Amino acid sequence: MKKKFHKVYFIIIILAVIILFGCDIIFGSVNLSLSEVWSALFNSDSDESIQTIIWRFRAPKAIVAVLAGAALSASGLQMQTLFRNPLAGPYVLGISSGASLGVSALILGLPLLGISFDSDIVRNIGVVGAAWIGSAAILAAIIAVSTRIKDIMAILILGMMFGSASGAIVEILQYLSPEGALKSFVVWSMGSLGGVTTTQLTILVPVLLVGLGISILLIKPLNTLLLGESYARSMGVNINVVRRLIFVSTTLLAGTITAFCGPVGFIGIAVPHMARMFFMEADHKTLMPASMLLGAAVMLLCDLIAQLPGSEMTVPINSITALIGIPIVILVIVKNKKIF
Amino acid sequence: MDNNNKARPVIELQHLTLGYEDRILFNDVNIDFEMGGFTALLGRNGTGKSTLLRSIVKLITPLSGDVLIGGESIKTLTTKDIAEQISFVSTEEIKIPNLKVFDVVGLGRAPYTNWIGRLGSEDKAMVYQSLDMVGMLDFADKSVDKLSDGERQRVMISRALAQDTPIILLDEPTAFLDLPNKYEICLLLRKLAHEKNKTIIFSSHDLNISLELCDNLALIEGGNVHYGTTEMLINNDCIQSLFKNTQLFFDKKNMTIKLKIK
Repeated sequence: MKKKFHKVYFIIIILAVIILFGCDIIFGSVNLSLSEVWSALFNSDSDESIQTIIWRFRAPKAIVAVLAGAALSASGLQMQTLFRNPLAGPYVLGISSGASLGVSALILGLPLLGISFDSDIVRNIGVVGAAWIGSAAILAAIIAVSTRIKDIMAILILGMMFGSASGAIVEILQYLSPEGALKSFVVWSMGSLGGVTTTQLTILVPVLLVGLGISILLIKPLNTLLLGESYARSMGVNINVVRRLIFVSTTLLAGTITAFCGPVGFIGIAVPHMARMFFMEADHKTLMPASMLLGAAVMLLCDLIAQLPGSEMTVPINSITALIGIPIVILVIVKNKKIF
Repeated sequence: MDNNNKARPVIELQHLTLGYEDRILFNDVNIDFEMGGFTALLGRNGTGKSTLLRSIVKLITPLSGDVLIGGESIKTLTTKDIAEQISFVSTEEIKIPNLKVFDVVGLGRAPYTNWIGRLGSEDKAMVYQSLDMVGMLDFADKSVDKLSDGERQRVMISRALAQDTPIILLDEPTAFLDLPNKYEICLLLRKLAHEKNKTIIFSSHDLNISLELCDNLALIEGGNVHYGTTEMLINNDCIQSLFKNTQLFFDKKNMTIKLKIK
């Protein structure tokens, strides 16, 4: 009986994603009419400059928004269940900061050592690789600590400490860096969905699909983990394999998004709670797809707001996700409902 | 041949040594737990009741020695093999909002369901049957965080039943319950052991209830485990050893515990 409502909710969310996706393509700093957008999309001999705006900029950006929202939310949900902690997420646990540290070591650190790279592809792969290494290092540290310390708050505080330590190292690198490298790093760190080129999409899309695929394969073990590790193991779950898969999936998802879009905060922690509030369920068969879809919708919405429709300015996407995500996090803390 | 199979103990502890780096809890313990029956594992705080139960389900690796389940070493059995033989009820309090009773019990089907954990019609029937056995059928759609402690414990036992294993181990299932609830849970477990032919072993501090209701007792005392029928352990003064160096003693005649000082 409950499943019937679920279907309706899912259809509503999918419609919202489609509508927001359309809006994200239609609205931007250059005002385009619906018919101009339509002909640019489906008519190959329409105005070339409009075609460029749609195909080179807006469509990739909207695709990135969908993927980033789904990826961060899926990794947040996995973190919350694995650590049995409603306030866990890639940003709060310092995993995004770890990725930042990796990227800053690359963008700022290598020029300091006199190494520079000219090839675009090497640079792209380098940034992703650096972000993966950075986020994997922080995640490994937190998982190592969490097997010894069971206290939820202690793990969160440790995540923040790791994050702050990464931040401190990044600041030292910034202080030492020449203006040019510094500027490209600051722009990256403010977060942007629009900076992703079509070439970068060819790295981003397959990697994220692998990460999201693993998240879906993890639905059953995540459900058993709701009862805690002892129960999960007593029900035949190979916890070491599952932990490694969560590790790989989160690194791919959060690390890749951070590499290309900068550290985007509060989506990973807030969206799974939105899914819980909507569906009133704890089953990951519902929560996982719901978090991915809601994440896509929220990210598209944040991007729309960040463009300040009607004006020629855009604000960093980071600020918008924080302003939308933080109230939900506060709500969860104030309601003080035990999630685990 | 059939008779031989029946005579085979379900759980065999062989030269089992358990403990932690700085403290050995059990040294070279050898016990054969017989098939069937309702057994209480008794012992004072910190003697290792929990450690012993957890080592049988392979949640803890022994320092040395082995545990055999149905004649096979847990070293060679996979977690899934063990999950089909033994279900475990831990002391963990499950109070997750919006987690439905039905779904918790449904998780017990995990060793048998497909990659996403979809419950088939047989699985669902098993879940309802398990809920019925513990008298929680009407609570199927309730959220676990809205249950009383006694109700929640019944749900966790029902989850173990849904796992459909010949053996059920429970770590202090009556710890947080009031006296009537303690009796209710123990009577339920005894009924399941006798009517459904399960081997049920639970750790407990309730000596009185255990003496009244259990077929067998396993007493942990001084790094040793004494296992036998309840009657046997009363008669050979094993119970008395639980009260060594305390103000209490066990009055065999009245089957109660008394203060030494009047």
